[in-house]
Parts: sequence; structure tokens; C-alpha cells
Amino acid sequence: MNQNSSEAIKELLYKMADDLLIIGHRNSEWTGLGPILEEDISFSSMAQDKIGQAQALYQLLNDLGEQEPDTVAFTRNANQFHNAQLVELPNGEYDFSLVRHFLYDHADQLRFEALANSSYEPLAKVARKVKGELKYHVFHANTWMVKLGSANEESHNRMQAAFNEAWNYALGMFEKSSFEDQLIAEGVFEGEETLQEKWLANITPYLIKAGIEIPASTSWNPVFGGRIGNHTANLSPLVEEMSEVFRFDPTAEW
Amino acid sequence: MIKSLDPRVTRAEIEIENPIAPLNELDQWETYEVFHQKKRGDQHMHVGIVHAPNAEMAFLFGKEQYGRRGLSVNIWVVKTRDVFVSEYDDSDIFDTVPEKQYREAGGYKVMAKINKYKKGV
Repeated sequence: MNQNSSEAIKELLYKMADDLLIIGHRNSEWTGLGPILEEDISFSSMAQDKIGQAQALYQLLNDLGEQEPDTVAFTRNANQFHNAQLVELPNGEYDFSLVRHFLYDHADQLRFEALANSSYEPLAKVARKVKGELKYHVFHANTWMVKLGSANEESHNRMQAAFNEAWNYALGMFEKSSFEDQLIAEGVFEGEETLQEKWLANITPYLIKAGIEIPASTSWNPVFGGRIGNHTANLSPLVEEMSEVFRFDPTAEW
Repeated sequence: MIKSLDPRVTRAEIEIENPIAPLNELDQWETYEVFHQKKRGDQHMHVGIVHAPNAEMAFLFGKEQYGRRGLSVNIWVVKTRDVFVSEYDDSDIFDTVPEKQYREAGGYKVMAKINKYKKGV
């Protein structure tokens, strides 16, 4: 691997890992507050899966010469994170968290699915390993989306409102990197544009079942910037809280 | 009033001195019995109960509650109300009369025959 492709792969790994870490942390904020015990446990368990997946990707970065996973996760400032803004938004009510879970996890599953055939074998290996976890996450998201989208007027209206709020942020997940063409040419990753097309095709049938409408494409206005470190004011307090214990004594043995 | 330092408590705005309001009837979803299978071919074993609004959701919860340690290959969920349950008052139907030992394997006196056969050899 030449220097140039190493940089391209690092960029890809960082944005994926940061997405997972931040949404994992956000979703874990529901622990103990979930709507019912069983859902609380399920949602928390998936949040843990996401943090585990982030760790696997930070490990790949470490193998490429970046710092230790814990150091990377807990010592950067908000503007050094490459996550999409969607995942840093506050949890809001459970409807918003579920809608975000649905929109993000579909994209995440497709991204890993594509990467299972990546020419960068270490990443392909991780992608194949997380397949089962992602299948459950997406099944969970689909079930809630269809159920609440179509249960009664209140639940439908809440889901639709949350969906409208999340939509442009969700489109922001597919912000292209400056290495896009190279990653595609080298067979590392199929690219954001292809991913977004697949994502749209995958979520649509569930949205139809749920009776949730996608905003008219003329009004789409993707919120980009997250991939290059531009974030909302919500990320900084999250990073601070998440890393509080680590920063207290970075050399502590756990 | 003591303000809790636990972020979950402060975020949830639970007031410590306020008693928890009693639940209304039907506030809870109905329950499903969860059965898991450790490996293909094994019998499904009952592992517990989950609350859920439908069978699909019961499966989702059952999987996380009882199958997440990688010990399952398959899960059944059954509405609790669909399970026919015998009455504890009727538990005497399981009693058996001691004189009917011939119906149990232990009732057969075969040792004598075995020893006789062994001696014969």
C-alpha cells in the first residue's frame, strides 16, 4: 500500500469509527431511561455493539500508525472528529432516537456489506465479523419504524416529525471525501453516491409500510461538514462527558 | 430536597420525594414466553418472559434478553395467554398409587434373573 492509499483508507476508517463511537455514546444515554425494561436492555446492548465496532476500526487505524484506540477516542477535541452531524444531535424524545437509529443503521449495514468485499483485507475482515450484529440492529429499527409509523395518529405524527427533522442530517452521512475517486478506483470502497442510492432503495419499502413520507427531493439540503470537523454545538459536551474519566488519569490500568 | 448527582436522575427529572404513580390497568404490554434452542436439533427450552406489543417485537426483546451471549441458534415466542396452564389445585393428578410399582421400571425384579444367568455361564 502506498502512502496515498494509506491516507485514503485512514480517512474512511476515521469517519466510520467516529460515527459509531458517537452514536453508540448517544444511544447509551438512554440506558436506564428506555420506554420499557426490555427495550432499554436491547437499545443499550446495541449501543455497546456500536462502541465495540468503533474500537475494531480504531484498532485498524492503530495498525496503520495512528495512536492507541483509547487515545484516539478520548483525547481529541470535537473539531477533530469526522462523524456526520446526524449522530451527534441530542437524543430528543424516543421517536427521534428511533428514526436516527433507522436512518443510520441502514446506511451502516450497507457500508459494511460493501466493505466485506473491500480490497483492503483487514477492513473486509471486520466487516464480515459484524454482519450478524448489524442484521439485528436493522431488524430492530425496521420493526419499531413500521410499528410506530402506523400505530395511531399520535405515534405516526411524532415519527413523521422526527423523520423530517432528521432527513437532511441523514443525507449528510454521504458527504464525499477528497479521496473518493481513489477509494473507488482501488476497490477499497464503492463510494458515497452508490451507498446513498442503495440506502434509499433499502429504506423506502419500510417507510411505505410505516406510512412515513420522504420529503420531496427538491427540498433536500444535505447537512455536510461533519466529515471535515465542522460540528454542531452538541458534540463538544458529548466528547467532554465521554472522555471525562479517561482524561482524569490517562495512564490508569483498567 | 436532595438534588441527585446521577445524570440519569437529573435528566429524567425524577423528584426523589415524589412517590411513583401507580400504573393504570393495560399500561403494560402483554407477556410472551421465550424459548431458546442452544443448537440445531436440540429441544427449545423455556428461558423467561418479555413484555411486547406483538410477536416480532417479542422476538427482538427475547433475543437480547436471553440470546445475546451467543448461546442460541433459534428462538420461539408464544403469547402467555395462549399457554394452557393446569391448576395447582389439581396437582394431585400427578400423584401415583404406591401399589402400582409394576408400572415403573424400578418395579421389575430382574437382578435375580441376571445373577442366575451369570452363574449359568
